[in-house]
Amino acid sequence: MTADILLFLILAVVSIASALAMLFSRNAIYSALFLILNFGTISVFYLLLGAPFLAMVQVTVYAGAIMVLFLFVIMLLGAEQLRSTQTIPWQQPLAFLLGAILLAETVYLFFTIGDQGAALPSITALVSDFGSPTAIGELLFNQYLLPFEVTSVLLLVAMVGAIVLTKSEKKAGDLRAAIERPLGNLPPE
Amino acid sequence: MPVSYYIVLSAVLFTLGALGVLIRRNALVIFMSVELMLNAANLAFVAFSQLYGTLNGQIFVFFVMTVAAAEVAVGLALIVAIFRTKHSINVDEISSLKG
Repeated sequence: MTADILLFLILAVVSIASALAMLFSRNAIYSALFLILNFGTISVFYLLLGAPFLAMVQVTVYAGAIMVLFLFVIMLLGAEQLRSTQTIPWQQPLAFLLGAILLAETVYLFFTIGDQGAALPSITALVSDFGSPTAIGELLFNQYLLPFEVTSVLLLVAMVGAIVLTKSEKKAGDLRAAIERPLGNLPPE
Repeated sequence: MPVSYYIVLSAVLFTLGALGVLIRRNALVIFMSVELMLNAANLAFVAFSQLYGTLNGQIFVFFVMTVAAAEVAVGLALIVAIFRTKHSINVDEISSLKG
């Protein structure tokens, strides 16, 4: 029991510290790297909570694919650091105040309405196949088959959308010109 | 250990994400903060899933991850397209509707 709480507290400190570091580092590359550390700690939380499959998905999809995409775009645009433009002077203090209010409301609501006595099972008492890929797959392909299929359509739409958005207009013009060019103008072999 | 520890951690991470959206000017960092908020919600889902002994919460996390991946792909494509026309991803400088 104490091992649970000790592990949780250490990981929670790392998680919150990396989130704060992501927020306040001036360089976007550092932000992305701190976010990867944060995703790693959340993946360990998933392991503690009996979700080994989700922990692996978290590492491969979030820390792997999504963050590599982020780093790729940051380096492609060369947008590591922006020159500071502060148009509204009271915006940051107001943001901090609103964030504090949001946190206080959430914690207050949870501690007054929620079931405080609810205790998680100890990590040593985990059922071995709870959260395994087999169990998740059975639930996904029986009860959640329609959402699963809709998700595949969503991914297809996102893929087509990303390609259309980043397609260079000049390239399309070149292609059309190449198609419409008379055959006699072809360069000699 | 009580489930409230995980829920409070989730609330703290969510607040930090919301704060990041509010105070940062770099569009890419704003996107990262949105990812942080999604992860905080996922953590609460998995904690409750473990508390009640059902896998439905974990399935929802799976779907949230898929939607996040789609969102990042389209969002980064939008940022690249904006950078091509405006040569900046500072959200203060992207304030006009006319391209």
